Amino acid sequence: MVKTPVYMDYHATTPVDPRVTEAMLPYFSERFGNAASRNHSFGWEVEEVVENCRRSIAQAMGARTSEVIFTSGATESNNLVLIGAATMYAEKGKHIITAKTEHKAILDTCEYLESQGAEVTYLPIQEDGLIDLDQLKDAMRDDTILVSIMAANNEIGVIQPIKEIGALCHERGIFFHTDAAQALGKIPIHVEEMNIDLLSFSGHKIYGPKGIGGLYVRKRKPRVKLSPIMHGGGHERGMRSGTLNVPGIVGLAKALEICMEEMEEESSRIKALRDKLENALLKEIDFSYLNGHKDKRLVGNSNISFNYVEGEGLMMAIPDIAVSSGSACTSASLEPSYVLKALGRSDELAHSSIRFGLGRFTTEEEVDYVIEKMIAGVKKLRDLSPLYEMVLEGIDLNTVEWAEH
Amino acid sequence: MAYSEKVLDHYNNPRNVGSLDKSAENVGTGIVGAPECGDVMKLQIQVEGDRIVDAKFKTYGCGSAIASSSLATEWLKGKSVEEAMEIKNTDIVDELQLPPVKIHCSVLAEGAIRAALDDLKKKADPKEEDVA
Repeated sequence: MVKTPVYMDYHATTPVDPRVTEAMLPYFSERFGNAASRNHSFGWEVEEVVENCRRSIAQAMGARTSEVIFTSGATESNNLVLIGAATMYAEKGKHIITAKTEHKAILDTCEYLESQGAEVTYLPIQEDGLIDLDQLKDAMRDDTILVSIMAANNEIGVIQPIKEIGALCHERGIFFHTDAAQALGKIPIHVEEMNIDLLSFSGHKIYGPKGIGGLYVRKRKPRVKLSPIMHGGGHERGMRSGTLNVPGIVGLAKALEICMEEMEEESSRIKALRDKLENALLKEIDFSYLNGHKDKRLVGNSNISFNYVEGEGLMMAIPDIAVSSGSACTSASLEPSYVLKALGRSDELAHSSIRFGLGRFTTEEEVDYVIEKMIAGVKKLRDLSPLYEMVLEGIDLNTVEWAEH
Repeated sequence: MAYSEKVLDHYNNPRNVGSLDKSAENVGTGIVGAPECGDVMKLQIQVEGDRIVDAKFKTYGCGSAIASSSLATEWLKGKSVEEAMEIKNTDIVDELQLPPVKIHCSVLAEGAIRAALDDLKKKADPKEEDVA
């Protein structure tokens, strides 16, 4: 018997790996010092620990130790990059390029910068979720200071051609930032080989704790400087003041170490489970469509639209399975997923989408259970669906005059 | 967001799911909503004289939309056409304890009832076709 509820929402967050929790525990009550305390052993002791963590994290992405700074998470890192670069390089230019499928931490921050006089280009994406490199090239201007393109998408898992994007940026002397919250620890990332100047990452997406994350800031060729958005004691090379979250940093470093060690084995295991789930659903359920590129995608991601049923209604049919939907009813804005709309999917298909996120602790029994429940759930709602009935009657839904509300 | 017990009951055991013969003289059909908005309700009523003897629905939408239309069919059965006109979306909100973000589901259900009644009226008196 499968233990319920089944968690299949690993893009939202991940459980802390027990090995990570164990590593963190001494840093709450025993080794509680402030890493900025320069004149006693409590401080020295944890400062050394923090620097070891910083080195380990830097190594995981091919960076130098001093190029990694700690923040509260990827949202803060993204804010710091965009606002910090726009402020620092205001004299060089006011143009930023990003993509329509970025995380809200990028899009909303860009919108804020626009209100402050910046100009932002939001690149469209292709049907498979990838950006078009020629369009990126065409969007570059003499006053472009930054290109920000995520490494892997949080909804459809699509992995962008980071190395090529970085190369284009460097040809034009533009800084390249990538939000790697979903990618670091899941796919190989190397800031030198991939021409990355700034990289945001997060603890809780990689089986580490919430409330900790970081930012890689290139120091040489080219040196990148950011104006701080958090002012105070001048921690983290002046870019991010605030007492360091030592237990969080220890957890983040440990979590990333485990990801790096186990990446190959873990990826193939998760991919096999994901493929089993995806193939079964697409085969057994008619009018179901995969969203995003089939191969250039995180192994734990599967985003499928089940046409003629609505996502939130469908999730109610599988109450003991935790997944996400691109349906408007599940978002605060009452708008269907902007990521799926950017792919060119109709609103209707966006409403009908379910995002499955598989991860470290997903089992084959769980996958079998989800397949069974999903097939039954879609059938239940299709039996209730006037759209499905019309389609079976041979009516083209595009020719119907709907009473929109 | 947690659903009320009544919404869950209607969602898990929807009443009167199905379709009636839409070409029949004594069947009124109302279809409201749009696929791109995430909800479409089809509500049908069958009358004998002035009395609603049967009601069926099919709904594409969230749990609250399904529950609202299920409840509407339950209420419609046995009512006179005039009484059916009296059903208000706020009655559905109260009965199902819908939260503010789900009020539009009850509005849609009221719209479906009206549309079905209008369809019936048109069938009875084809001259009114253009008026509606």
